[in-house]
Amino acid sequence: MYIEALLLLCLLGAAIVFVSPNRLAPKLAFWISLLPLALSVYLFTIFDGQGNALLGGDIAFETIHDWLAFGPYQINYHVGLDGISLPLIILTTILITLAIMSAWTPINERQSQFYGLLLFLEASLIGVFVALDFILWFIFWEAVLVPMYFLIGIWGGPRRKYAAIKFFVYTNLASLIMFIGFLAIVFGLGDAVTSFGLPEITTALRAGELGALGPLGPEMLAFVGFIALFFGFAVKVPVVPLHTWLPDAHVEAPTPASVILAGVLLKMGTYALLRFNFTMLPEQAIALAIPIGLIAVISIIYGALLALAQQDLKRIVAYSSVSSMGYVILGLIAYTIYGVGGATFQMIAHGLISGLLFMTVGVFYNATHTRMVGDMAGLASKMPVTAAVFVAGAFAYMGLPLMAGFAAELFIFIGAFESTVLPGAAGFTAIAMFGIVVVAGYLLWAMQRSLFGSFRLETDYDIGEAPIHDIAPLLVLVGLIIYLGVAPDVFFEMIRDATIPMLEGTTGGDV
Amino acid sequence: MEFLAWLVLAPAGAFLVAALLLFIVDAIWPGDTANSVLATITAAGGIVSLGISAVLLMGGVASDGIVLFDGQLIVDDMSLFFTVIFGSVTALVAIASIDYIEELPNQPEYYLLIVLAATGMALMASANSLAIAFVAIELASLPSYALVAYLKRNRGSVEAALKYFLIGALSSSILIYGISLIYASTGSLRFSDVATAVGPAATEYPGVLGVGIIMIVGGLAFKTASVPFHFWAPEAYEGAPAPVAAFLSSASKAAGFVIAFRIFTLAFPIEAVFASIDWVLLFQVLAVVTMTLGNFAAATQENVKRMLAYSSIGHAGYVLIGLAALTGIGDGSTVLGAGMLHLLVYGFMNTGAFLFVALVEHWELGRTFSDYNGLAREAPIACVAMTIFMFSLAGLPVGGGFLSKYYLFAGAVGAGVWWLALVGAINSVISLFYYSRVVKAMWIEEPTRPLEIDRYPTGIYAALIIAAVMTVLLLPGLAIVDMTAFDAAAALL
Repeated sequence: MYIEALLLLCLLGAAIVFVSPNRLAPKLAFWISLLPLALSVYLFTIFDGQGNALLGGDIAFETIHDWLAFGPYQINYHVGLDGISLPLIILTTILITLAIMSAWTPINERQSQFYGLLLFLEASLIGVFVALDFILWFIFWEAVLVPMYFLIGIWGGPRRKYAAIKFFVYTNLASLIMFIGFLAIVFGLGDAVTSFGLPEITTALRAGELGALGPLGPEMLAFVGFIALFFGFAVKVPVVPLHTWLPDAHVEAPTPASVILAGVLLKMGTYALLRFNFTMLPEQAIALAIPIGLIAVISIIYGALLALAQQDLKRIVAYSSVSSMGYVILGLIAYTIYGVGGATFQMIAHGLISGLLFMTVGVFYNATHTRMVGDMAGLASKMPVTAAVFVAGAFAYMGLPLMAGFAAELFIFIGAFESTVLPGAAGFTAIAMFGIVVVAGYLLWAMQRSLFGSFRLETDYDIGEAPIHDIAPLLVLVGLIIYLGVAPDVFFEMIRDATIPMLEGTTGGDV
Repeated sequence: MEFLAWLVLAPAGAFLVAALLLFIVDAIWPGDTANSVLATITAAGGIVSLGISAVLLMGGVASDGIVLFDGQLIVDDMSLFFTVIFGSVTALVAIASIDYIEELPNQPEYYLLIVLAATGMALMASANSLAIAFVAIELASLPSYALVAYLKRNRGSVEAALKYFLIGALSSSILIYGISLIYASTGSLRFSDVATAVGPAATEYPGVLGVGIIMIVGGLAFKTASVPFHFWAPEAYEGAPAPVAAFLSSASKAAGFVIAFRIFTLAFPIEAVFASIDWVLLFQVLAVVTMTLGNFAAATQENVKRMLAYSSIGHAGYVLIGLAALTGIGDGSTVLGAGMLHLLVYGFMNTGAFLFVALVEHWELGRTFSDYNGLAREAPIACVAMTIFMFSLAGLPVGGGFLSKYYLFAGAVGAGVWWLALVGAINSVISLFYYSRVVKAMWIEEPTRPLEIDRYPTGIYAALIIAAVMTVLLLPGLAIVDMTAFDAAAALL
């Protein structure tokens, strides 16, 4: 019931905002978005799930109804939450509300459409994290593309049309390949499954029920399926070398869309990797541990180096996301409690931190109308609060202790170091840690050039501190980042509870 | 004939009654009957046919197949399912035509031709012998030629009709020659008799039978607008009045497919004719070529109507997967049923898309993508509907087209022809590119010139909104019809 209420609140809210006058839409959308936020926090307080939703755990707020049929397969409306998905739901509802606030200044045309699309996007994102049936999940997964296409295409920067269609086509192709790969695996299971329910498929796969499909034998099928799934999700994450859509989409997207794109959309990719590749097909993942580990560290280092080479503040943050997502992959392939748990925690932490940085860049841009690092020296003297927030965000990114980024990266490094399935785990971890140094380098450098020194931007208007509704979401995010850094157990406990079942039969489960 | 026989013929009969009513009305008040009255009769024919079919389907009256006229006709769930498609498309087209042909002459004839073509299509869905199949195809085709030429003062319309007619005549002759070869090798025209005789014939006269089957494939390719007889479609759809293009590309295509489904599963079971010709392989090749050609050509168009025409060829390629995936691996009824479901959803989303083109033609704004620039500011409701059609056609989850297309791809994977699904997937991505161009023009681009829209025609708007609502509802609502389609397909195999 609760999950349906959550989805309905967003969808109804979207419909109401769509037809509301442009003048009212910003405030109306904000108040409406507080409802799913409040509900998701309430769900957090009464959460009673245990274990992993796909591996026979107790699923919280579960609903299952007969829906479609596909020949002999049943397709159910099946939703529910566990310790992995609930934190992501809360991340989504928080970021949407804050993104709506951050849109008040920059978005000043077609507001009702803009905020309506944001709420529609929220519904699709929540759907991705709650769905426990493959087809239902895939509907939400693809539905996310539609509002994002418009958000980038209508309110984006000068090359918005190119960026929107690139994002659209690129991620759609990935989804299709992933779809075919997954279906091949489902059909390979033969009579072992009677529905597209993810828990049922996971159980059958883990029990070794996979048979042959046409000319492909079971092992080949699992391997091909794993590759297809990995490719499909890796585009969304994105990992190097499939990341090229990301900088375009980010740079052209309006700030609120960037916040959601980096904060939540990228997590769809890592969430799906976690749920599908690493939960359903652990054997294949472990067999491919070295290439996956390599992809992870290459993403970390190459993403960071790309960020180092940028002049555009937004591009810097965008490429750094590629780097951060590499940590998630590294944590996942480690197959240890801290590795997988830390990867999940990093999804939340990075969602908050990258959201914060994109918002801050947006606030700077609202005031200066430039994002070029070289153009905006000395901003700290004119906009002290925003500059301080930016510094805080950068430190969180670098993993300053007592901030969320620190906890996440520490967990991942411990987990990766202890890994028994990743050969040369210590080496991978060391290289990944070196990534932190590069991150520190590019952020400090960008900060020094844009915030400090003497102010020299020539404008025909006065640049002052941003209005309170621009600052408030920044401060909320800083608060949350510190809170999660001080008390990671708020989420980490339920994450650990949900990820431990994944490790059974892979490492002995005690590291 | 007994009551049940009349009852199950009622869906086709409803079209015929509507046609007779139009005759009578036009005979009594020649030339001065209100356009809306004529359209209402036409739409009523479609709705009654749709309603009776739906009731019969739900009641399971014809689940086992009711054979009539000594096996010449059969009414089963498959034929009723397709009559639902014909009925809904006919009704939508009739409603939209009220505004579209308001100023044009020969209105009674226009509506009459539409219902007569629909009658032919309903018969196509029930044909149980090659002879009836041919007669029904001609009954559906002849009015269609005239409909394309309806704008007889317009060179494009007449030229399109001529091309359509010539290729139609050619493909008809190929089809009937193929039928004669089948008769020569099996000694029968009824599907069930052909099926029993075709096994021995495949070893005895493999050449005659094989050529006959290939010619039938060719003849049906014309009706479904698939390779190798697809090239009439872009010209005919572009030259025809847009509601007629909607009618032809949705209903007529579905009618071609219902005959193809029935002939190839009933009359030429693949196990029996395998020695002579492997039509599954033939359809695999045709599916790949058709979808690829349609989508690539659509991606290069500047004219929206031509883009839709080529995309309609692409969709014929997707539906061909229904026959191309009958490899014997997995459950064939699933993929065949998926083809039927796709045609059902297509009946709404594609009709809607062409009706939007009709609306823009009605406003006389032009036909290229750039003529659609900024349209959403002036006509947001129609543009929301068009966006739904475009995204649903592209396979995004705003409408039933998402599910039916992925059902087809999934069915191909389940049949072990995963490469067919992969080709389909790549095509689907290309289609996303060109469908989103329409959406981009309407919502993102600035108008190139001041748009002057002073009238919002109720008929076209009503049809658009109905089609859009149905397209959206068929996403969750596919649950109501999906088992019907899968069961109907299973009954054939």
